[in-house]
Amino acid sequence: MTVKYTNDHEWIDTSDAAAATVGITQHAQDALGDVVFVDLPSIGASFKKGEVAGVVESVKAAADIFMPASGEIVAVNEALRADPSLANTDPLSSGWFFKVKLADPAETSELLDQTAYDEFAKNA
Amino acid sequence: MSDPVSPDSPTALLQTPLHDLHLELGAKMVPFAGYAMPVSYRQGILAEHRQCRESAVLFDVSHMGQLRLVGSGAATALESLVPQDIVDLPLGKQRYALFTNDAGGLLDDLMVTRRDDHLFLVVNAACKAADTSRLQARIGSRCGIEPQPGRALLALQGPKAAEVMAGLAPALTRLTFMSGAEAKVAGIACFVTRSGYTGEDGFEISVAAGDAEALARAILAEAEVAPAGLGARDTLRLEAGLCLYGHDIDATTTPAEAALTWAIQKVRRPGGARAGGYPGAATIGRQLAEGAPRKRVGLVGLERTPVREGAPLFDAAGAPIGRVTSGTIGPSVDAAIALAYVDAAHTATGTLVHAEVRGKRQPMRTATLPFAPHHYFRG
Repeated sequence: MTVKYTNDHEWIDTSDAAAATVGITQHAQDALGDVVFVDLPSIGASFKKGEVAGVVESVKAAADIFMPASGEIVAVNEALRADPSLANTDPLSSGWFFKVKLADPAETSELLDQTAYDEFAKNA
Repeated sequence: MSDPVSPDSPTALLQTPLHDLHLELGAKMVPFAGYAMPVSYRQGILAEHRQCRESAVLFDVSHMGQLRLVGSGAATALESLVPQDIVDLPLGKQRYALFTNDAGGLLDDLMVTRRDDHLFLVVNAACKAADTSRLQARIGSRCGIEPQPGRALLALQGPKAAEVMAGLAPALTRLTFMSGAEAKVAGIACFVTRSGYTGEDGFEISVAAGDAEALARAILAEAEVAPAGLGARDTLRLEAGLCLYGHDIDATTTPAEAALTWAIQKVRRPGGARAGGYPGAATIGRQLAEGAPRKRVGLVGLERTPVREGAPLFDAAGAPIGRVTSGTIGPSVDAAIALAYVDAAHTATGTLVHAEVRGKRQPMRTATLPFAPHHYFRG
């Protein structure tokens, strides 16, 4: 498993470049509090790195989900749509948001590795 | 993910007397009206909300302003600033009141309780400095204006609040909604009203700051009670259809627009024995008879998308008709709910409106308030 992180507190698992998985981090779910709604992108939609691809909302606030890398949406997590609390209880696994067919896998090399992200999140 | 917490200036925040207890209980602290306040504890907002609907919670609301108006002229003097009947408020009774401006807008909403030798006021934290200055300037020559910065305020709310209070202050179980009494709670001298802002039965407890932590610990020691923060307080009051000052009501909204005319007693209305005589009486009196061009309504989403403060509203034809002032997913009603101002033509219950959220139109229907039924103890 090859997981990278953004400084927007998202993770992307690039083990499969044809379907890289994106979600939010433990730090993100903790900052948000109880997630009650997710707005997921349409399958087939393409976004550039940094574009807003979705929204996650807690009782108190809404936050954008940014594309960690450019690509086309090939799957979205319907289980998360049905039970948004998965983003709180299991953000790194069953609480994933969507899968992306990466346009340029090299883009993800700029993202943070686990050590760098842990350091970043500690100071966030 | 974008930062869900809006950046606040790091200027020194005030602390309530329960600050250390909040930290000990694992509270997530946020700036609110100049204070560091708990937005939630370890359980989180949803669990705290449910705890209040099903059992009981304790809120620290010590940031709110407590004042005494002292002297025989206090009630008459206060009536020159609010459209409520204060003169005839019986001893031990509490009333919801509104500070109005010359245009009929709302400067604050407050609670007034008549006590033996004074009127006891609770005002909003963000308004307390302005309220106090204005009281001094407008009626300071007619009665004593005594802010109570040495008092804390706790709110015990929920269907089991009465059972909890029965163990700590047996005399208070007979207290009915919107009444107050002095009592020892867990052996500590307090002034308690049967009131709150969650829609549930409960008590607000004014206590000397130095006794606040001991009192809070005694209440939290009861198995039925858990601490709850401002996050749950907001979802609870929204489900109860209650206004949050600075959001659902402000200096630009009149009582008729805010659907608060129920709070204006007959004696202060046109034709009443003490009609008018408060700021904005002409506008407020006229709107009592004629209605207002726009009105606060409740909205329930037909879809689950939360519709938040600021969302513009449109009618079926796409014409702008108003704006949302508070909104969330109501944890107990399990739907997107909002308070909004809409043009008078669209206020009938069941009217279909469309809220714009991130460029998309979300269908909602106007609904009767409250969204969640009130459970007040009226004896």
